[in-house]
Amino acid sequence: MALRESFVSPERPQPEETPRRRLIFRIEQPFGRGFSVGDVVVLIGIAVLIYAGMRLALQAPETVAGPTISLSPRVLPYYALRSVGRMAAAYLLSLAFTLVYGRLAAYNRRAEQVLMPLLDVLQSVPILSFLPVVLLSLSAILPERAAAELASIVLIFTSQAWNMTFAWYQSLTTIPVELREASAIFRFNGWLRFKVLELPFAAISLLWNSMMSWAGGWFFLMAAEIFTVGQRDFRLPGLGAYLQEAANQGDTRAILWGIGTLVLVIVALDQLVWRPLLAWADRFKLETVEGENPPTSWFYDLLRSAHILERLSQGVWRPLSERVDAWFIRRAAAAEARVEKSGRPYLLYLLALLLGLGLAYGAVRAALMLATVPAHQWGEIGLGVLATLLRVSVSLLIALAWTIPVGVAIGTNPRAATYLQPVVQVVASVPATALFPVFLLLIIGLPGGLNIAAVVLMLTGTQWYLLFNVIAGASAIPQDLKYTSALIGLSRWERWRTLILPGLFPYIITGAITASGGAWNASIVAEHVEFGGRTLFTPGIGALIARATGTGDYPLLLAATLTMVLAVVLINRTLWRRLYRLAEERFRME
Amino acid sequence: MSTNGYLLEVRHVQQIYRSGSRQFVALQDVNLAVKDGEFLCLLGPSGCGKSTLLRIITGLQQPTEGVVLYRGQPLRGVNPHATIVFQTFALFPWLTVIENVEVALKARGVPPKLRTARAMDLLDRVGLDGFEIAYPRELSGGMRQKVGFARAMAVEPELLCLDEPFSALDVLSAEALRGELLELWTEGKIPTRAILMVTHNIEEAVFMADRIVVMEKDPGRVVAEMTVDLPHPRQRRSPEFLERVDEVYGLLAGQTEPEYVELGVAPGEPGRIRALPPITINDLAGLLEHVAEMPDHRHDLYRLAEELRVDSDHLLRLTEVAELLGFATIGKGDIVLTPLGETFAEASILARKEIFATRIRRLPMFRWLLSLLNVAEGRRLKWDIVLRALELEFPPDEAEQQLETVVNWGRYAEVIAYDDATETIFLEEMGRG
Repeated sequence: MALRESFVSPERPQPEETPRRRLIFRIEQPFGRGFSVGDVVVLIGIAVLIYAGMRLALQAPETVAGPTISLSPRVLPYYALRSVGRMAAAYLLSLAFTLVYGRLAAYNRRAEQVLMPLLDVLQSVPILSFLPVVLLSLSAILPERAAAELASIVLIFTSQAWNMTFAWYQSLTTIPVELREASAIFRFNGWLRFKVLELPFAAISLLWNSMMSWAGGWFFLMAAEIFTVGQRDFRLPGLGAYLQEAANQGDTRAILWGIGTLVLVIVALDQLVWRPLLAWADRFKLETVEGENPPTSWFYDLLRSAHILERLSQGVWRPLSERVDAWFIRRAAAAEARVEKSGRPYLLYLLALLLGLGLAYGAVRAALMLATVPAHQWGEIGLGVLATLLRVSVSLLIALAWTIPVGVAIGTNPRAATYLQPVVQVVASVPATALFPVFLLLIIGLPGGLNIAAVVLMLTGTQWYLLFNVIAGASAIPQDLKYTSALIGLSRWERWRTLILPGLFPYIITGAITASGGAWNASIVAEHVEFGGRTLFTPGIGALIARATGTGDYPLLLAATLTMVLAVVLINRTLWRRLYRLAEERFRME
Repeated sequence: MSTNGYLLEVRHVQQIYRSGSRQFVALQDVNLAVKDGEFLCLLGPSGCGKSTLLRIITGLQQPTEGVVLYRGQPLRGVNPHATIVFQTFALFPWLTVIENVEVALKARGVPPKLRTARAMDLLDRVGLDGFEIAYPRELSGGMRQKVGFARAMAVEPELLCLDEPFSALDVLSAEALRGELLELWTEGKIPTRAILMVTHNIEEAVFMADRIVVMEKDPGRVVAEMTVDLPHPRQRRSPEFLERVDEVYGLLAGQTEPEYVELGVAPGEPGRIRALPPITINDLAGLLEHVAEMPDHRHDLYRLAEELRVDSDHLLRLTEVAELLGFATIGKGDIVLTPLGETFAEASILARKEIFATRIRRLPMFRWLLSLLNVAEGRRLKWDIVLRALELEFPPDEAEQQLETVVNWGRYAEVIAYDDATETIFLEEMGRG
């Protein structure tokens, strides 16, 4: 490996390989490697960040009064608007981050070596475990409301940004060489290259990943809107808080109103924003032949037939973009005329040095703080991780048990797929965290209620990824193989063993990686709840983190959060990575 | 400004890729000059660095050593007076035909109205009127390349570079487009001062160029130059034309040399390693069978390319292997089968495998791999390990291709086998010999 990497000299154009297949519905796993020094540095960096947050959190107010949540259906449009606003703010932030970070990583080799491993660890970290730290530290420096708003946006951002950044980075690095050369030989400036080459090339992948990010974002938004521990009520006026308040008061009518509004908002966004965008973005396909099933959207067709788009494009968009282009061309020409200054890297080295020193200092302080955690608490943390792991595994197994047969049934039957797929999509689009208070209301009376509720929450958060992937996998099994296995008279079991399960394997693994990530995240809100004035918890790492937040036990919070991050990263690297590689190499149908 | 009437000069250009202590010479001391008003062809087999040279000439790539002079001035960055027509067209699929042409003008700051007018005019000239708002995917390959030409000519380059512009087209479109380009060029309908075309197609080079620079690989270098002073339009069937084509074949196919020179050395030994041309044995057998039917088992390479309907590049790879394995000798643009080659051509499948096996065992690359396998535990080796060893000798992409070729040939000969599931190469236990 080392040889291959060192071979590529900067002046060498990228080897002309067939463009890699652009995979869309999956977490990107660009580095087929185990643990490395880079990971350790990144993990230390995360530890230092959490520690810094913790230091800030020491000044966090003892009690945080939450907003009064009205249960009148009339406030729902307003609440929905607030929730969507948070999502949009976080999404724009993610998009800006994506464009800058991905471009840096794609075009600067030195930056790439730092940025990509960093991104790789960040995307496998259970983000919700940061929620308490982010909330506490922000509430120490900002007014409570602003802190909660900002925390929710930061949290959603951290759930949205990584996969989009990977998609953008991967697109940038797989732009066909000849298109790159064409834009160089025709002297495109940076702006024109971005507009004519990079953005269109990445558009479809970026769009699909935006949709995924947006869907994932709901999960975290709801979690952020309903977060309460002890005397600290961090709730935000929005759909999530509405649902929780409704469940708290046992108001079934309000629950139905809330869920209805949530579904409506999600479906409306899908139909009025994402589908039209997808239909529009079909033009950015690199394929040189006409596609068979281009995505369609009634809303897009409507806009087009009303000539609104055309008028906008003629009257507003074109003159505007012409101006912008002209400005950039003048600027590029002016820049060419100026003598180029050679940039001095000293400042960069100094910055890196300072960063390194800061990191080292923070690491030492964090270690000192960790040292104050008594042994019995470490034991508790260990047990907590195991308990949560058990819950995650159980929910994954249950999900597998039902999604494989159902997914195969839907995937191998095109007619069922056409009318079941939209239904499944709508059901899946409801974020599990929003339904959690409702589940609690139903289950809490049963023995081991919260334990069951936690598993159910994890399940609702995870099963859809699996189901979608199984459906995709089942419909990707080649028809001729199905015929062949029928012709040679394989028994049902034989058919599953030799054809269906091997064919599904890569899809199941891809789904399971995403699903287990979701399940770990869910544990934070699932294992410790304030419900109807009572505090309920079930042993687990999530409960520990929540308890430490409530009581202000910062060393414990640091230790528990770090342990959880470490555990999940370890599991990803050792188990999932390996399975994923196996799936890629052995079980791909091509 | 201009020196000795040369538009472009390439002086002592080297392109070297380093990997640890090894280095790979992609271009070795290339010297070249393009005169004002000249149509020059860079001709050579794939891997001879001609496309790399084109990229260096246009400034897309910096050479390791040497300079490129444009009108006597050293080139810095991309040459603003040059454009390229690409083999794969390099059109932006999300832009319409006219937008593809216009964007090149826009990048140079041409105002919108002028831009559209000029793009329309050029599309007219290449015969694409009516297709302005079509997307590239709606067009045939030939029409797409016309857009490529229109875009390149739109910016009125002094130096028009063509990177195998016809090789991705079907025969008819390619022929039509060649004629149209020559017409524009010879009748002075475009303000271009010189054309530089890269190709591996011998006939195409003789058909179009005023001068041909012949390149060879391992390492990439210029080996010969010839002037084609036939008047346009050139007649493909005329004796003068065929003579020129034969001459180039003679230059490129070379002369069969003594065996120790042909075979080269094994990996790890000092000296030149002979890279195995990536061909399939089926194609080789087809070639040998065809030549065996000829009188005296001798055939003209140019005619052979036509009869077998393969391009000259592919044909030269096949003849190289035939030469390497001792099935044929090459000289003066002709191929002659050896007695062994005749035997192979007439043999049954099993006998062919036997012959092939004994021949490839002589190749240093196989001797090396077989001795490695013989001392390996269980007489098997991981693919990656062998690849790693070859990467010490070849650039990574080339190493991979070499290993694939070795394994394919070895499997055919039943000398070695490969298990895809475990990714291991092992000795065939049946042990023929």
